[in-house]
Amino acid sequence: MVDSQIVLTGQTIAYSSYAVVIILLMGWFGYHLVRPGKSSKVSHAFFYTFVGFLVVLGVSLHIVTYNTIPWASMDMNRDDIKPDKVFNITVEDHQFILPSEKLIINVGEKALFDVSSLDLTYGFGLFRTDNSMLFQMQVVPGHRNDILWQFDKPGVYSIRSTEYSGPKGAQMILKDVVEVTIP
Amino acid sequence: MTFKDTFLNGEQGLFKPASLTPMQKLILRFVVVGLIFYGFAVIEGMIMRIYQIEPISAMPDFQYFAMLTAHPLVGIFGSTYSIVFGAFLFLVPYLMKKPLWSVKLGNWTFILITVGTLTFWLAGFITHYAPLYTLYWPLPVDFSQFSPIGGTFFIVGIALVMLGAVFFVINIFKTIVYTPEGWEKQPSKALIASAIGYDGFTNLFRKKKNRKEHLVSLPVAAIARGSVDVALNAGIILFTGVLILVYMVGHLFGFDLKDTAVDALLYKNWFWWGLDLIADGLVLIFVAGTWYLLAMMISGKNLYMQNIARAALLVELVVSWTVWSHHLLSDQSQPGFLKIISGELVTAFELITQGLAFFITLATLWSARPLKMTNELKFLLGGLLGFALAVPAGIMQADIGLNRILHNTQWIVGPHVHVAILVGLTMTLYSAIYILFPIVTNGAKLYSQKLANFHFWAHLIGGIGMGAFMGMAGLEGMLRRTIYFNGEYTLYMILAGICGALLLLAFLAFFYNIVMSVGLKGVIGIFTPSKLDEKNLLPQAK
Repeated sequence: MVDSQIVLTGQTIAYSSYAVVIILLMGWFGYHLVRPGKSSKVSHAFFYTFVGFLVVLGVSLHIVTYNTIPWASMDMNRDDIKPDKVFNITVEDHQFILPSEKLIINVGEKALFDVSSLDLTYGFGLFRTDNSMLFQMQVVPGHRNDILWQFDKPGVYSIRSTEYSGPKGAQMILKDVVEVTIP
Repeated sequence: MTFKDTFLNGEQGLFKPASLTPMQKLILRFVVVGLIFYGFAVIEGMIMRIYQIEPISAMPDFQYFAMLTAHPLVGIFGSTYSIVFGAFLFLVPYLMKKPLWSVKLGNWTFILITVGTLTFWLAGFITHYAPLYTLYWPLPVDFSQFSPIGGTFFIVGIALVMLGAVFFVINIFKTIVYTPEGWEKQPSKALIASAIGYDGFTNLFRKKKNRKEHLVSLPVAAIARGSVDVALNAGIILFTGVLILVYMVGHLFGFDLKDTAVDALLYKNWFWWGLDLIADGLVLIFVAGTWYLLAMMISGKNLYMQNIARAALLVELVVSWTVWSHHLLSDQSQPGFLKIISGELVTAFELITQGLAFFITLATLWSARPLKMTNELKFLLGGLLGFALAVPAGIMQADIGLNRILHNTQWIVGPHVHVAILVGLTMTLYSAIYILFPIVTNGAKLYSQKLANFHFWAHLIGGIGMGAFMGMAGLEGMLRRTIYFNGEYTLYMILAGICGALLLLAFLAFFYNIVMSVGLKGVIGIFTPSKLDEKNLLPQAK
């Protein structure tokens, strides 16, 4: 499965390029707006082409990501996929309660994290040792909160709450409790 | 003039508060108070920026989170609502050439928003009530963390603001449809149809010769449509506030209600439906309407593609009612069809509607070139750039795949929220303030153009820069709504802090410029009663 770091790198390049282009474009527009020259009406054809471009862009973004980001389709169809491992985790009083001290996963396995909250709304995220995020989900009390993830590389991950649950929530971190190893 | 004379009497002594009509004083009061609350939000923001670089030992974490709770609410309700409501209560009668339906109700809106904002801000500051603006159930009624008394005052403060918002909506719609004394009977139904956009929409399907004439101008139509979302939002927030109050009052009287009686996911859905009427509704609609008005006033030309613009405003209104689910893409129990249809597809429409408003505004300006680079024009271009940066950032995160690695990171609150609000919205509001300043002050002169230029560049660079560095930290995993104690993102936070300081300096330069333009006596004079007829928007020529 494509690592989320690769997706983030792609997003960084795409958005940064767009930001530079739009800033330059607005600079160009502002510069020419005040230069001497004939006022001219923008053609309707140009306008409708722009509208068409926005429609194509808006619709295609989701189609492209659904077909290129592997966890998107896996997430939507997770009820039909049999996980290799299931971890039932409970959250109460700002504490994660794990089924074991360490969650061990073999490379290539699909692991299901089924997290229940007994009081507040929390978040559940896995983070790499450099603090970057692998994935996250919300943990809503009274509802099923499960996420299926395939681990393709060995690594060590920390669990952290990704949702605000009051001042105590900032300390909801379990360091290096998920280990992905080569079997 | 000496510095002291200018400070007391304003630039060249041109601002005379006694010459102001009640309506001019009303809008100026809204603007002054709105700017003061903006100052609150900027200072709070700067303190939190420092805290993100290095947690301040003198400030406990619960104080930080109380500030984090108050900050967006003071910014949106205390500042933006004040400035926008004040401007629109003036502009609707100004554009329709008829008196405001009720100046008294306008004054009540001002009082309720001011008192309400101070109430919830103080409740947060003193009691540290900090469930954030999201109020995810059952956090607002978690009395092991928060005081029910503080919470009660907090909710009452928000409710006062919402009541002020309801009064604003009533005043706007009554002003559009009512018949002033001595006028011919106004066609109320036709005016409403025009204001809501029904006529503009049906005109798209009529032959040119059969098209209905627009009874209200496009900016008034935008204000009316945005006001629909203001009303719906106020209803949701008031309903939620009453629910929370019931739990608080129950606790204070010694009987605790079960918080499981409220479904947390259902609550999240209705609350985000209501909150999104601000973020993805009235803000976008009001901003588009303001861009159109500013483009017409600056260029002196009719709006490019006016019928399309009207129809797009109606589409935006419907879109704003159906996009909330993009906030729940990481909620695994949220039905998949809502995630795809509401969260992704309808949300993508905002790229189209906001893109149209962007294009139409630029095309209108282009038709009048060459233009002079006035303060209002440069701030309008800044506002357009802000939304051009922030809307695509939002569309990216409203994607099932990308949301998994972006939700609740600094990406959301940096390149999307802060760039949209600080650069997009605030620069648009500054443009409106600069263009309306001589009209509502009866010709007062700006104290310093150099300060206005500094204001522009410092705000633009500060706003975009802060959003960019927050975004970079977010892409590397930095969460929002938490505290990092081990310097994990120090470099990005220092750079974001420098940009935040630029924003603060920009605001101070602007505020000083305005105070020196109208003088201290002028500022005080704005808050004294006017002796002129309240039916006149502007002083009548003798």
